[in-house]
Amino acid sequence: MTGRRPDGTAAEIQPVEIQPVEAQPVEALPAEAQPVEALSVDGISVWLSGREVLHDVRFGLRPGEFAGLIGSNGAGKTTLLRVILGLTSPSAGDVRIDGRPRSRSSRAIGYVPQKIQLDPDMPLRARDLVGLGLDGHRLGLPLPSRGRRQLVDEMLRAVGAEKFAGARVGNLSGGEQQRVLIAHALISRPRLLLLDEPLANLDLRSEQEVIGLLARIAREQQVAVLLSAHEINPLLPVMDRVVYLAAGRAASGTASEVVRTEVLSKLYGHHVDVIQVHDRILVVAGRGDEPHAPAGHHEPTSVARTL
Amino acid sequence: MSGVFSSVFEPGFFGSAPVHVAVTVGGLAAVVSGILGVFTVMRGQSYAGHAFADISVTGGSGSFLIGISPIWGFAGTSVLAAGIMDMIGVQRPRGRDLATGIVRGAGLGLAALFLYWDTQHTSTTGATITILFGSMFVISNSVIPVITALGVLAVGIAAALYRPLLLSSVSSDLAFARGIRIRLAGIACLVAIAIAVSLSSLAIGTILSTALLVGPPATALRLTSKPGLAIAWSALIGLAATWLGILLAWDSFYWPPGRHGWPVSFFVVTLVFLFYLAAQLAGRGDRAGRADTPGRRGRQSRADRPADPRPRALAGPGQGE
Repeated sequence: MTGRRPDGTAAEIQPVEIQPVEAQPVEALPAEAQPVEALSVDGISVWLSGREVLHDVRFGLRPGEFAGLIGSNGAGKTTLLRVILGLTSPSAGDVRIDGRPRSRSSRAIGYVPQKIQLDPDMPLRARDLVGLGLDGHRLGLPLPSRGRRQLVDEMLRAVGAEKFAGARVGNLSGGEQQRVLIAHALISRPRLLLLDEPLANLDLRSEQEVIGLLARIAREQQVAVLLSAHEINPLLPVMDRVVYLAAGRAASGTASEVVRTEVLSKLYGHHVDVIQVHDRILVVAGRGDEPHAPAGHHEPTSVARTL
Repeated sequence: MSGVFSSVFEPGFFGSAPVHVAVTVGGLAAVVSGILGVFTVMRGQSYAGHAFADISVTGGSGSFLIGISPIWGFAGTSVLAAGIMDMIGVQRPRGRDLATGIVRGAGLGLAALFLYWDTQHTSTTGATITILFGSMFVISNSVIPVITALGVLAVGIAAALYRPLLLSSVSSDLAFARGIRIRLAGIACLVAIAIAVSLSSLAIGTILSTALLVGPPATALRLTSKPGLAIAWSALIGLAATWLGILLAWDSFYWPPGRHGWPVSFFVVTLVFLFYLAAQLAGRGDRAGRADTPGRRGRQSRADRPADPRPRALAGPGQGE
């Protein structure tokens, strides 16, 4: 009953309402105590302008694991990614990559931002951006090298971007840019790949393609993938692990362990129902006998949507 | 046209010392501005470039007051302004316009005072014109070592930080994730841009200096998608406009209305603009031609292209494990 279906079919997923295993206390889900974890997040708390955005978040990812960081807007997904990346300092807790504290110069994390700032006019081709993933931090002018070129070509092929390798990055569609950014992030062979809402603004087809690509990369290159998204359903067929964020707290495990009425209700701090409709999961606020939570209730409307 | 040729082959042009200085100073300024201009445009810092130009008026007019070469004032004030802009927060997208605007306003206020004193206390009524619009033929050759050193410094910064600056122009978070010290790279780039602007200010005047900073790169990025090549083109276009401008200005001595010669800055800036226009028109024709190729059409209508081989390639080897 892992959430992962390598053949990509979602139909046989039964992620919810199953095996009443011991409902683990939300805040104390054990971070797997394996020394080989690609990422371990240990008790991260973040205060931003007087508000606790993240509270004691802990989870771990093994190499090759594909994990979805799921939560509605404002749940703390971006903050958590920024902490892992080192862009935001946590108030408490510890992040380790490959068992070592993350260091600034480390190439161990590949990062795919949600948006890039480049105008369509700017002279930077897809292959230039992928190459910058290899040596963008280096000083001095790049020397032409066959090895570098081959590596860039190989990476472009791996993400299916060879067709637009020579096109300007700013001219590419959202899905094409995602591929190029993934190649950029992967070319330095990181242990961990972080993606900030890569599925936002993608059409359905590109979404499926990007998810399939990432799942394959995680498996083939044994890189741990952590991808933030507000919608869990597209990821269910391929996801090994869910890190579910709500109200700044996290629950981690397989989809069937985490996306359950008891676990999520505890996480949200009020009752939510996890409903399965065909092969999709809906997370709905309110009690079973009371379909709409009263307005002004803690996190009412954001939960009432499908998550 | 025959006028141009006769002036080229006329010994007066290449034999004249002012022309030597103009060709050297103008060429250097054009190349440095062309190179740094590509970074300015890619990083969206054209407004900062304009601010440096305005600030240079302050430095230039101050230099005239105390009787030193304006290059010291240009470079001193614009580099100082770069530092202040960084402190105010030019690196943040929102803080950028704010920082630039504040520094620019303060500098221009001082410039108004200095220019007033220049015209009151010194007899050089031409000071204002020289500072604002430049005059390549009256530059003293004693500044050549200084501006060479400044130019080498600015281009050196650009060369050293080429890749980090490119990457942070795509996304500052991406650059950070690669371990790039964004702020350090940002301030270094700003200083290099400030130097480029001050060199151009010396050559074609403070008001016109941004024409050399923004015009050639804007033209270059119509011509190529490769960042390195865009920098080379930009430098070349700036150089061509400047040298051709000097030649035309020299020749214009025989043009109407009288025996004075037209301002060289006018020719340089006009040529920069004409080059841009030509590239724009050529680019438009080129793009219209390419729109019919299958690759282009395929990219434009992505919604309906079931025959696209990419998804299959994607679902290839690893998917069935």
